[in-house]
Amino acid sequence: MLVIDWAIFIEKLVLIISVVSGSLVIAMYSTYMERKVAAVLQDRRGPSRAGPFGILQPLADGLKLFFKEEIIPSFSSKFLFILGPCLAMLTAMMIGAVIPWGNKVHLFGRDISLQIADINIGVLYIFGVVSMGVYGIMIGGWASNNKFSLLGAMRASSQIISYELAMGISLIALLMVTGTLSLKEMVGGQMDHWWNIFKQPLGFLIFLVCAFAECNRTPFDLAEAENELVGGYHTEYSSMKLGFYLFAEYINMFLSSAVMVSLFFGGYDIPFVNDVNLAQNIGINWAAILQGLCLFGKIVSFLFLFMWVRWTIPRFRYDQLMNLGWKILIPMALFNMIVTGGLILLKQNNWHF
Amino acid sequence: MQALTNKVEVVSRKPMTWWERMYLPAILKGMAITFSHIFKKNPTINYPEKTRPFSPVFRGLQILNRDEEGREKCTACGLCAVACPAEAITMEAAERQPGEEHLYKEEKYAAKYEINMLRCIFCGFCEEACPKDAVYLSETFAPSNFQRKGFIYGKDDLLIPHPVNEPEAFAKARGSRAKNPEGHGNEH
Repeated sequence: MLVIDWAIFIEKLVLIISVVSGSLVIAMYSTYMERKVAAVLQDRRGPSRAGPFGILQPLADGLKLFFKEEIIPSFSSKFLFILGPCLAMLTAMMIGAVIPWGNKVHLFGRDISLQIADINIGVLYIFGVVSMGVYGIMIGGWASNNKFSLLGAMRASSQIISYELAMGISLIALLMVTGTLSLKEMVGGQMDHWWNIFKQPLGFLIFLVCAFAECNRTPFDLAEAENELVGGYHTEYSSMKLGFYLFAEYINMFLSSAVMVSLFFGGYDIPFVNDVNLAQNIGINWAAILQGLCLFGKIVSFLFLFMWVRWTIPRFRYDQLMNLGWKILIPMALFNMIVTGGLILLKQNNWHF
Repeated sequence: MQALTNKVEVVSRKPMTWWERMYLPAILKGMAITFSHIFKKNPTINYPEKTRPFSPVFRGLQILNRDEEGREKCTACGLCAVACPAEAITMEAAERQPGEEHLYKEEKYAAKYEINMLRCIFCGFCEEACPKDAVYLSETFAPSNFQRKGFIYGKDDLLIPHPVNEPEAFAKARGSRAKNPEGHGNEH
């Protein structure tokens, strides 16, 4: 008989449910945050009607989306039309599985790791899932059977494919520095040393730009360029299927912020504090809570960066986008990789040529 | 070609320098500008909770005035209806019966007095035409309505609250626009 450790099963289940619902709630409130940030940057007030300070606005928006008429165009391929938003949502959620949300907690006499799956190819997994993400957009745009949707979907997919290259190459340099593909070990390596941002500033810059492109955020939101493509790939979508697409964008944003924080900004590391000593002093659980808060703070500042950039920079033209991706970012990433490799070789050789 | 005005600004077509082509410094500059707006005071007035004060010459909804005893001043002379360029005012006159002296100030009064707020252009000519100081424009405006007939304001909408029975409502409705706050008309 197969023996399953039920405790692990339950602990992972609880973790999965909390991560999924947590990222949903955070995605909800990032829509609120986006509107508030936009308002503040433009000297406006932003949502202020639903609840105090408009705090219930995301609920009102969701309710509105639920009550909208569900339209499936008669000329669309229905199965794919429904599959599109589901895939977008699914792939957006899946990234959360490998992100270490904290070190570990000690509950019921067990050490529980705050990571759903500590797989040793965590970074590769993220890349696989992110490149799957384009299927949601692609299928949705294709199934709509609408020129604008198809154009938007094509833009999105070619853009994501182009920028994934530069993203991957910029990460190779980082992987050479850290020597691991597991996100947990990466974060662990940054706990008591310098954060990776100081070792790979150029790599981070490239990764950041590519993350903007992967999330379809301004200045790379050509897939939903309203002035050219009506609504882009979700022109034909309405009701909660549209909501899923919009939601997936915010979940993507949240989780790519989490990935960037884990890769370059020490993940759940509390800056200027020795986490091991802290855990000994105040207990593992309290340390885990502090680390979680710290991670959350870093993620929120990245979310703010995403929004701040959105309300500052106008959209790229498509040829500019491709130029930037192929002619600037990829050469720069290659250069970064070669220089990093050379420096690592030199270091292993004790700085002798 | 010679410029016609001194406002001409020559567009610079020189190629961008390396620093400018980097693009990132420009982005950072732009982001600094947007960031500085966080600390700017925004000019919005939170409308339904707060309202912008009207200027003293603001002309809003008409009010039918009463004297200090609460008697209607209007005598249904029809001068306001004649003066109205939008022909928004209609009225029907009636004679005051014995025993109604506490209701109407003069022997004649308006049994029906209607202003169509969709026609009214709030010019204030009715106020200027009125010899009895019975109608004047207040500092409120017509609220929205679902039906056209809701914009035809009758006497019950226009009459100012009774100054003796409801003094607070009267003071509020009177505002600062009434020519004779003490209720003494300019009748001679």
